[in-house]
This record gives sequence, structure tokens and C-alpha cells, in this order.
Amino acid sequence: MADLDQIISRHSDKKGQLLPILHDIQAEFGFIDNAMQGQVAQVLNLSRAEVHGVVSFYHDFRTSADLRPEVQVCGAEACQARGAGALMGVAQDAAGERVRIRTVYCLGLCSVGPAARIGDRLHARLDKAILARLVEDA
Amino acid sequence: MSAVRISDDALARACGADELADAAARSGHEVIRTSSWGMHWLEPLVEIDGVGWGPVPVHRIADVLSGEAEDICIGEIREHPFIARQQRLSFARAGRTRALSMDDYRNSGGWAGLERARSLAPGTVVDEVIASGLRGRGGAGFPTGIKWRTVSEARGDDKFIVCNADEGDSGTFADRMLMEGDPYALIEGMAIAGYAVGAQQGYIYVRSEYPDAIRKLNTAIENCAEIITPFVVEVRVGAGAYVCGEETSLLNSLEGKRGEVRAKPPLPALEGLFGCPTVVNNVLSLAAIPHILSEGGAASYAAVGIDRSRGTMPIQLGGNIRHGGLFETAFGITLRELVYDIGGGTASGRPVKAVQVGGPLGAYIPPDQFDLVFDYEAYAGADALIGHGGVVVFDDTADMGALARFAFEFCAAESCGKCTPCRIGAVRGVELVDRIRSGGRAADRVERTPQMQNASGNGRTREEELGLLDDLCETMTYGSLCALGGFTPYPVRSAIRHWPDDFLPGETT
Repeated sequence: MADLDQIISRHSDKKGQLLPILHDIQAEFGFIDNAMQGQVAQVLNLSRAEVHGVVSFYHDFRTSADLRPEVQVCGAEACQARGAGALMGVAQDAAGERVRIRTVYCLGLCSVGPAARIGDRLHARLDKAILARLVEDA
Repeated sequence: MSAVRISDDALARACGADELADAAARSGHEVIRTSSWGMHWLEPLVEIDGVGWGPVPVHRIADVLSGEAEDICIGEIREHPFIARQQRLSFARAGRTRALSMDDYRNSGGWAGLERARSLAPGTVVDEVIASGLRGRGGAGFPTGIKWRTVSEARGDDKFIVCNADEGDSGTFADRMLMEGDPYALIEGMAIAGYAVGAQQGYIYVRSEYPDAIRKLNTAIENCAEIITPFVVEVRVGAGAYVCGEETSLLNSLEGKRGEVRAKPPLPALEGLFGCPTVVNNVLSLAAIPHILSEGGAASYAAVGIDRSRGTMPIQLGGNIRHGGLFETAFGITLRELVYDIGGGTASGRPVKAVQVGGPLGAYIPPDQFDLVFDYEAYAGADALIGHGGVVVFDDTADMGALARFAFEFCAAESCGKCTPCRIGAVRGVELVDRIRSGGRAADRVERTPQMQNASGNGRTREEELGLLDDLCETMTYGSLCALGGFTPYPVRSAIRHWPDDFLPGETT
């Protein structure tokens, strides 16, 4: 856990540095558990409750390890209008226990939906077959 | 051999532009990655000597490079009706320049606005923005110049420029396209704002769903740091909370707190980020500034548009539409033109049932109201909102009851939890819609006990549930702290008003 201090000090000259720190921790370790939250709180002179409140507020942060690959499928209105609703079941079936499917609200590809995101890679104009293959390859 | 131009916009890449560019490069062509023209149904679009082909599947790239593939050739891109009909001010560079090229930016008039602004007194810059009639493009439509004046007159050692790039509304992607395609324009707009109000530090709060925009903005800021100095810009990344698009919640998030909405007053212009006077502007508002501050820009901007809606609006056509993409035009265009003439109707070929304008909190508008003109006041008068200018089309398979339920569901999932009408009202709203669609509810065991003398004992009829929903909507509209709870009734009420049949029992899927 030595790296945690490095991550925190990386942002020491920033104002309001908690979110950038949490992003970096999640990128490094994949989650932000209670022990890490405590350590961040101590360095930033915040209460653990404050840090926990922030971690639990935002959808992007996780508190426990989950090493499964994540596939984000857009479920917002524009993708619904293009048939995203029928794809969720397909994605879930293809994922099983191996892949984590997360519904997100808008990837900004509203004119070429249904859309999905895996890592930093975006995919558009999905149908059942394409999405199932993406999930299987994730 | 002519250079091959292919966009590196996230949408083009999602449609396969990278593979296409690789294939073109492998065959020995020079490939230039540009911003996107905004004709999304044609992505990935290949441009050679001004002529376009799209959408180009990878296996046909050889045909395109040899000048064949006539079936997917669209001719001169600039003369394509979708482009020729537009009036592009904020998106003047879209498709024409490389996003991160400093040369392309300067050669296309970049930095002229900042240089001219610096030759004027800060107060004059604010006056020009007021004169342009620019109103905040984030949704509320508050006059940008007035906001700047408030900040410039506010007392404080530190002042901040915050760019709201938390574009969470479904059906909107103009901010994303601008940040990815013309990042220097946004930075220039922020630097001008900083000069006008006396701020040294700017923040761009980008949602984490836009990795390409984050990467390009960071590179762009590095490239142009010397030009905008002493002004400094930093990118901050959101963490998946829709409500952080609300300005006070965004400020809390920037400060490293939970993204909870603040009560207003105090206005952010007086007590914003870290308690200092702060300009919070949308990406599109700030990106319009370099044009306005160029020579004669304010007057030319104010000369287009109608009534109190001046200038142009980058309208985003999405959902079930044949020709989706970015269409920047002067205010005053009707929905009918947008959906049918420009958008070409639905992608599925079925009749249009509804259009949602303004994101998840915008009203659903039926085809018989398509003469509505794009104008802040006209939409407000029709119980609808322009919001960020997203237009999402639905065909006749859409279930408006399910969409009304989704509006509440979304509000419940994204509520910051600070105010009761939004936090609890949204959950109750989902339950109410479900009960309306199942014909009311029977009395439960407790209500039937003799002790419950005030309970009717008959449950609630569907009509009573509808009355209750109306009550709930009223409470949310007038009792919520911000637009999330306050505007969720727009899609719900418009769906019930125009498509009551979709709420009948038996229609439930």
C-alpha cells in the first residue's frame, strides 16, 4: 500500500484534490476500500465519513475488488429509441458471471445507438449478435 | 496521391474510423485525422479532395481510394444539403481542421478573439458579450454577459471560470464534438472570460464517459499554455453522477465533495467555487465567445435568430432518426423541418410518434405540434424546454407509459438526495405509474382493519391514482431544489397528456 501515499502526494498542489485522488486510486487498484478511504482521510485532514460519503456518492467508484471485465451498455432514451431495450437481456446472457454489465446513461453516441463502452473503446450501431460477441470477447 | 481525410471523433471511431484509417495508411495513402463534419449516419466518412464517401465499411476502402464505390459517394461534402443548410459559427471548423493542430487553429481565425479582447478594457468585453445576446447554452438560457458582469463586479481576490462539460443529457453530444473537434475554441473562450471578469484559473469539468474529450483537452491545454497565460486551465473528470451537470452540484464536486445541489442564493456568480465569485458556463456558450469577440462578431451574432433567442444553436439530432448528427442553425427553425426535411424521418422507416427535446428532463412533443419554432420562450410557452438542444426521435413502437416510468426511474437513480421532492418523489412516481398502468390498487390488509377509520377501505381507483400523480408532479416542480426533480414532471406530464392510451391497463409490457 506504499503507492497510495505517492498517489495522494501527486495531487498535493491541487485545490479540491479528493476526486482526482480517488480516480487515480481506482485506476491503480480497481477499487477504494475502507482502509484506503481511511488513509486518504488522514492525509487530507478529512473525516473518514466525508471520504466515504464521496466514494459512495459517485457511480464510478467501487469499494471492493471486482476483477471481471466491465461492459457498459447505454440505456438512455436515444438508445432506447433505437432498440437498446431488447439488447440488455442478450448482454446479460452472454456475460453470465464472467463479465460485469453496467447500464450507463448516455455515451454521447445518440445518433448511432445502441452503444456500448469497454475500457476506453466505444462501439456503436449494435445489434444482438454484435453485442453478444463484444461481451464474449471482453 | 491525395490525402485521405477521416475523422478521429469518438463517434466516428465507434463506427470503425480507426480500422479504416489503418487500412488506408497500409495502402500507402497519407491519412489526415480531422474533426467530424457531424453527419453521423455517414460515419465513418472518407474525404478525398473535398469529395465524400460514407458510411465506408473496411472491406470497401480500396474501392473508395481508387475513386470507385459510386453507390456510397455523396459528392462534394460542403455542398451536401445537410451541411449547406447550416449556419455554423461555433462549429465552423467541424470537419475542416485537425482538432489538435495549432497551425490549423490559427489559420482558421483562432486566437483572434482573445487577441482583440486583450486590446479592449475588460468591461468592454463584457459589454460585447451582452450585446451579442448570447444566452447560456446549457439549458437555462440565462444571458451570459449579465452573468459575467455580476462576476466582474463581485469583490474577491480569487475568481474562477468553470466550464460545465458534464453533458449527461441523453440525445446531446455537441459538447463532446466541440471538445474533441475544436478544443482550442473552448480554451480561447475561457481565456476571454477570464480576462473579462478578472479570473486566473479555469476548470473544465468533463464527464468520465468522454475519454477522448479528456485526452484531447489535456493535450490542447499543454499546447496552448503559453498563449493563454497568465490564465491557467485544468481538466477535472467527473465520476458518473448525472446531477453534477447542475452548476452548484458541479461546484461541490470540483471542491472534492459529494455532488449535492446547493440552495440558491447565494448565486455562484457571487459565492461559487471555494466561496469565490465564479462564472459557470456551458461548453457551447464559451465556444461561441471567440466568434463574438472577433471584429464585428457581437453584431453579426445578434443579427441572427429570433426575438430574445439570438445567434445560432447547435442542435443534435439523435434517436430513431435517419439522418442524425449535428445541425447548427439560427433560432427559429421548426421541429417539422428538423425531423422530416433535415433528419429524413425515422431510421426504422416507421411513422414518428414523439420527439423529446432537451434531454431526459425535456417534454415529449407529438407530431401535431411540430410547428413549434426553436426559441427559448416558444418552448417555455408550450410546457417544453430547449435544454441543451438535443432532439430525440421515437417511432410508433415507443411505449410512452414505459418512457414516463423511465423518467422517474432515472430521476430516482441520479437524485443527489438533498431535497425530498426529488429523492422520494421519484421513487413514488415509479410506483404510481405502475399502479396507473395496472388499473389502480386494492386496499391492503392494514387499510381494511377496523382501526383505520379514515382509510376508505376501497383502495384507489385509476382516476384517483392519476390525480395523485398530478399532485406529485406539482410538488416536484415547485418543491425541488434543482432542475433534476423540478423538470422530471415535463416528460411524465407530456406523455400522459398526449398519449393517454399508453397508460391504460393491459398496455403494460
